[in-house]
Amino acid sequence: MPDSHASRADGKPQPLTASAVLVNPVGLHARPSVKLTQCAKGFAATIEFALAQEGPWTDAKSPVKVMRVKAPQGATLYFRVVGPDGEAALAAVLALVHDGFGES
Amino acid sequence: MSQANPGNVGIVIVSHSPKIAEGAADMVRQMVGNAVPLAFTGGDVDGGLGTNVAGILAAIEAAWSPAGVAILVDLGGAETNSEMAVEMLPEDRRARVVVCNAPVVEGAVIAATESSGGSPLAAVKRSAEEFYA
Repeated sequence: MPDSHASRADGKPQPLTASAVLVNPVGLHARPSVKLTQCAKGFAATIEFALAQEGPWTDAKSPVKVMRVKAPQGATLYFRVVGPDGEAALAAVLALVHDGFGES
Repeated sequence: MSQANPGNVGIVIVSHSPKIAEGAADMVRQMVGNAVPLAFTGGDVDGGLGTNVAGILAAIEAAWSPAGVAILVDLGGAETNSEMAVEMLPEDRRARVVVCNAPVVEGAVIAATESSGGSPLAAVKRSAEEFYA
């Protein structure tokens, strides 16, 4: 397992941030939550999201915590990512949200 | 997704009702996919509602993974019979099987989600048990 603070040369690693709107009709219910956590777990980076820019932040790798957010359709998900593969991680979770988690 | 070093933790579903066990397993397969060894058992030896140790042992065998097996149970007898089944396992396997204190359906989906990401047995159990936290 690589250390997650390796990406920036010195000081605190800057989190990468981006947001996306939940488009799938049922929001972040059980199945999308599972997909999001599975996607997040594929990366070493710390991946968190929130319904507001200032948080509170939820660990995107925890299926129970993700489901508890109960984010509805139309909600904006703010992501905060730190880690060596942070850029790829952020791109992957954003693509998932944009794609409606593969649901129509 | 299968960097199978020790592999993904196996999931066993034990319910008094064979239909619940099968249905919960269906949910896991559909929501989480096939990257996780999964087995289910339900009913007593006569096919009625209940659980039986032999069935649980067979399910553990079917879902076996070097990374271990997490068992999700419903009520009383399912838990005690599962614990009995674990005690009957060969010693080297016994320490790698845990019974989760979690709701059987939700716990199975969460445990499998955790497992599908390659998490170790302790993390799989902890995540399933977050439902009661």
